[in-house]
Amino acid sequence: MTLTEVAAQAKPQSTRARGSALGPVLAAPGVIWLLLFFLGPLYVVLAIVFGRTDPIFRTAVPVWNPLQWNPSQFNYVLSRIVGSQGIFGPALLRTALYVLVAGLLCLLLAFPVAYYTARLSGRWKGLLLALLIAPFWISYMMRMLAWVNLLQDDGLVNRLFSMGGIFDVRVHWLTGQPVVVVLGLVYGYVAYMILPLYAGLDRLPQSTLEAARDLGASRFASFWRVTLPMCRPTIVAAVLLTCLPMLGDYFTSDMLSASPKTAMVGNLINDSVQSPGQTGQAGALVMLVLLVAVLPMFYYVRVTSRGDTAS
Amino acid sequence: MRSPVTWWNDPWRPPRILLAVTFGYLAWSLIPVLIAVIFSFNDGRSRTVWQGFSTRWYFGDPVKSVWHDAALHTALFQTLKLGLITTLITVPLGVMFAIGIDRWRGRLPAGANMLMLVSFVLPEVLLAVSLLFVVTTLPLPIKLGTGAQVLGLVTFQIAYPAVLVRARMATIGTQYEEAAMDLGASPLAALRRVTLPMLLPAIFASTVLVFADVIDDFVLVRYLSGSSSTEPVSVKIYNTARAAPTPALNALATLLLFAALLAITVGYLVYRRMTRGDNTAGGGIAAFAGEA
Repeated sequence: MTLTEVAAQAKPQSTRARGSALGPVLAAPGVIWLLLFFLGPLYVVLAIVFGRTDPIFRTAVPVWNPLQWNPSQFNYVLSRIVGSQGIFGPALLRTALYVLVAGLLCLLLAFPVAYYTARLSGRWKGLLLALLIAPFWISYMMRMLAWVNLLQDDGLVNRLFSMGGIFDVRVHWLTGQPVVVVLGLVYGYVAYMILPLYAGLDRLPQSTLEAARDLGASRFASFWRVTLPMCRPTIVAAVLLTCLPMLGDYFTSDMLSASPKTAMVGNLINDSVQSPGQTGQAGALVMLVLLVAVLPMFYYVRVTSRGDTAS
Repeated sequence: MRSPVTWWNDPWRPPRILLAVTFGYLAWSLIPVLIAVIFSFNDGRSRTVWQGFSTRWYFGDPVKSVWHDAALHTALFQTLKLGLITTLITVPLGVMFAIGIDRWRGRLPAGANMLMLVSFVLPEVLLAVSLLFVVTTLPLPIKLGTGAQVLGLVTFQIAYPAVLVRARMATIGTQYEEAAMDLGASPLAALRRVTLPMLLPAIFASTVLVFADVIDDFVLVRYLSGSSSTEPVSVKIYNTARAAPTPALNALATLLLFAALLAITVGYLVYRRMTRGDNTAGGGIAAFAGEA
C-alpha cells in the first residue's frame, strides 16, 4: 500500500502494557520542530494579516494579541474578489478552472498508465516503474525549462508543425496561452498521480476481477462496475495529492506564459509578498488558499487512514 | 498468415490501447528533458538549433561556461550545500519522530501524525510565505539565506523519512523487539540493537530520496534566499529561463540531473544489497521509493 496509507493506519502499539517513556522522548524533537516551524509561522501570518502597516516604511507590523486584531486588510482582500472592484476574482476563478481541468487530464492520462504498469506489464514492471519515478528526481524547473526551449518561436514544436517547410507555423506559445499553462500543469504534476494509483491498483485482488468476467460481464462492464468502485478511495487520494499542491503553483504560469492573463492565485501571492505595503494582502491570500485547502487536506488524511475498503 | 482482422480481434491480444498510452506518456514525459540535455552540448549559443557537439558550456568557454561563470557555480554549490545540510538534519529528526510516534499512545501523537501528513499535501508556497514572514518580522538570530532555507526545507521534508520509516516498521511488526525485551533487553537496548538495524534500509532510502528532493526544491529556497549568492540552481533557472540564456543553463540543469541520478542509483544499489535475502522488504524499486 502507499506509505501514507500505512503510516496513517499503523496505530500505536496497544499490546504493550508497559508505557515506555521512550516514545515521547524520541518524538519530542520532531514534534517541537513541527510546532515551531509549521504551526508557529501560520500564527505569525494571522498576526500580520490582522495587524497594522507601519505608515512610514509601509512594512507589516504584526499584532500578537488576538483581541487587538484589525480585520481591515482581510476585508480589503475579500472585497476585491467579486463586484465592481473584483481584481482578485478572475485569478481565483482561473485557478479553480485550471486545477480542475488539469486534474481531470492528469487522471485520464495517469489511470491507463498506472493500470497497465500495475497489472499488465509483466516483466517490464521494474523498468516502467523506474521510468515513471524518474520525473520526481528531475528538477521541476528543468522540465519547465525543457518545454520553454521547445516552445520558443523558433523551437522544435513550431518546426515540427511546419513539417519541414510545408507550412510556416510561428505560433507564440509562450505568451499568455491558457492551453499551454494547463498542459504545463499536467506535465508537471501527473507523475504525482501515477504512483498512488499504481500502488492502489496493484492491490486489487485479481480473483474478484476474474470472477466478474466469469459471471458474464463484458470487459467494459467489469471495469465500470467492479474495478472502478473498488479503487475509488485510491482515485480520490491520488487526485487530492495532485491537485492540492497545484493550488499554490505560480511558477508554471510564470515560466510558460509570463502574462497576467493566465495568473493564478499563487501569482497574486507572489506579486504581493515582496511589494512594500502589500504584505498583509499576501498574508490574506495565503489564508484564503489555506481555508480552501484545509478541508480537502483533512479529507485526504482521513481517506488514507481508512485504507483500502476492498481488502 | 493470419488475416489482419483476425490479428485485430485476437482474444489473447496484448492491451494495445493501454500500451500505446503508456508508451506515449513516457515519450512525452522524458523526451523534452532528453532534448534539453542534448542541447547542453550544443556548440553555438542557441538552445533550439543544433550547431555541433562541444562541451564549451561545461568547462570550455572561458567566460560563460559553468566552470568559469562564478554565478552559475555558486548556484551549484549552494544547491549541494543545502542538500547535504538538510538531509543531515531531516533524516535523524524524521526517523526519531516516526519511532517515537509509533510507541506513544494517545491523542497528541495522533495529532502530530496528522500534522506531519498535512505537511505532505500543503501547497509549498503557503509554508514559504509564512516562514518568510517569520524571518523578516521577528527578531530571530536567523536571517534570510542558507539558515532560513534549511529551516524551511527540513520542515517540508520531515514527513518523507517519517512516512518511509513508519511504513517499514508496520511491515516488520513488533515481534522482534518484543522477543528482545522478553530476553532481557531494556526498551532502549532493544531499539538500538534490534529495530534500528532492521530499519537501516528504509533510513538509507529516505536519506537518498530526501537529498534528491531537496536539490530540486524551488519555492521555499526562492522566498527564503537572501542575496543572489544563496540562490540555488532552481532559482537561477527560473530567473533566466525566459531571458535568452545560453545553453550554459541547460548544462547547469544537466549537472544537477546527473547528481540526482547518481545519488538515486547508488542509493538503490546499496538498498538492494542491504535487503538481499530479506523477504519482508519488497526489495524492488517500488519499495525503495516508498510505493510498495
